[in-house]
Amino acid sequence: MEAIQESEYWRWPETVWIDESKNWKEAEVISCGIDLGSVSSQAVIMLDGELYAYSNLRTGSSSAASSEKALGSILDKIGDMKREDIHYIVGTGYGRVSIPFAHKTITEIACHGRGANYIYGPSVRTVLDMGGQDLKAIKIDHRGKVVNFLMNDKCAAGTGRGIEVVADLLSIPITEVGSMSLEVYPDDEPEPVSTTCIVFGKSEILGLIRKGWPKNRILAAFFRSVATRVVELLERVGVEADFAITGGISKNPGVVVRVQDMLGMKALETEYDPQIAGAIGAALFAKALYEKQTGKR
Amino acid sequence: MIVAGIDVGSKYTKVVLLNENKEIIGTSNVRTGIDHQKTVEEALDEALKAAGISRDDINKFVATGFGKISVPFADSELTQVVAAGKGAYFVWPKVKTVIEVGAEESRAVKVDENGNIKDFALADKCAAGTGSFVDAMVRYLEVPLEEFGRMSLDAKGEVPMNAQCVIFAESEVVSLLHDNVPKPEISRAIHDAIADRVASIARRVGIEDDVVVIGGLANDVGFVDSLKRELGTEVYVPDKIAPELIPALGAALSGL
Repeated sequence: MEAIQESEYWRWPETVWIDESKNWKEAEVISCGIDLGSVSSQAVIMLDGELYAYSNLRTGSSSAASSEKALGSILDKIGDMKREDIHYIVGTGYGRVSIPFAHKTITEIACHGRGANYIYGPSVRTVLDMGGQDLKAIKIDHRGKVVNFLMNDKCAAGTGRGIEVVADLLSIPITEVGSMSLEVYPDDEPEPVSTTCIVFGKSEILGLIRKGWPKNRILAAFFRSVATRVVELLERVGVEADFAITGGISKNPGVVVRVQDMLGMKALETEYDPQIAGAIGAALFAKALYEKQTGKR
Repeated sequence: MIVAGIDVGSKYTKVVLLNENKEIIGTSNVRTGIDHQKTVEEALDEALKAAGISRDDINKFVATGFGKISVPFADSELTQVVAAGKGAYFVWPKVKTVIEVGAEESRAVKVDENGNIKDFALADKCAAGTGSFVDAMVRYLEVPLEEFGRMSLDAKGEVPMNAQCVIFAESEVVSLLHDNVPKPEISRAIHDAIADRVASIARRVGIEDDVVVIGGLANDVGFVDSLKRELGTEVYVPDKIAPELIPALGAALSGL
């Protein structure tokens, strides 16, 4: 029983969305991008380079099945579109080699750069992608082409998975931990959790609970250390305006607000779901590849 | 003359009582609680009981370990590096490289032929090269700790562990279990991963025979086996005294 209850706090809402105002049958090029991440998977369908539909689901234990589900959930919602109707599919992300129906795979760095350019516009130069099991700082040019990047994929500190562990430990839903940490920000912001490692951080947090710290203060100390780590990575690659954040943690105000304040720079805002940036990039590459293949370009 | 060596570790607190002939007359090993001072009292009482002596019989107290400040009555303190080196040299005089793997840190200590410390390296920032790794994994495999170590010896070693981080390794182990990978293979993959991290710390000081491994994880036969393979040399585990007691022994020796 305990395991079931415990496992709920990391759970975030899954989404399947389509733009009802568009008719896919009128499109010349139907392209698809699938970003199979370590924690979440997204599929995006674009009609002539415009966003038409997307899904954002939790990655299961099988990469192939997760990619089928990500695309399948969109096709189910559209109703009359079949996978064969899609002209070109590009896979990206951690599990990209395990997408059985992808025509090509492209690294997630390239896709996030391209996707951020689409979502946030051509002024973006620095993209911070905060994912489930990695953290990337990407420099791009006005076309969304990658100029430079740095990443951490060795350590859970500063990743979504690390935040999930702490949400579980404190029994607070993952969707609330960030805003809760801001209750004491900035005036009563405590010192950051001293350990980088999430495993040791858990012990340290248990110590703070025993000392009687309220949960919002504990979360503030934790997110302070996450933000510090994120900013360190960004500073190594060099932050150039405009600045944008993609990936699941971009939905966590506890990290975003602290990172912005530490950098003294605001991140661009968007109407899109910033978690689908990688899949959008992949779908845009898919369109270009299809056009190249069919001699349209 | 009786000296008490007290090692306050992050997970366990150990006491070794030594007489003037360097004979161990009592030991204890208790879980470190929230109140370190209370834990120290408990551990000391237990060792005194084992030795059949009273606290007044002790002439000197030497403290070591991450919580050594929690022994306010200590006559002296000893760094963990020196405690490890001294203790290991005492039980294994041919030792040149001491590898200590505790619950939350691991260290490598180089000693010369007289047991003096020449060099050391320490890792306490990441759980990947520590006993915490095993603790985290045993829960997922649902096997007792002892069996977890032993089953590693039956594995062929064909399953690699991609994750370096313990948190990421948890997800990876869950996937391996889903894929019906036999538990011994998973145990072996975990032990190889820890040994890989520990060996990289040891290489920073240079590996020189004989290598003695101490600390709680030295009790894990699967880890020791993986470490041997990783280092490509024989690794010795103290057998006359539990390997996790060596630093407390080193502390006691320094008080004589």
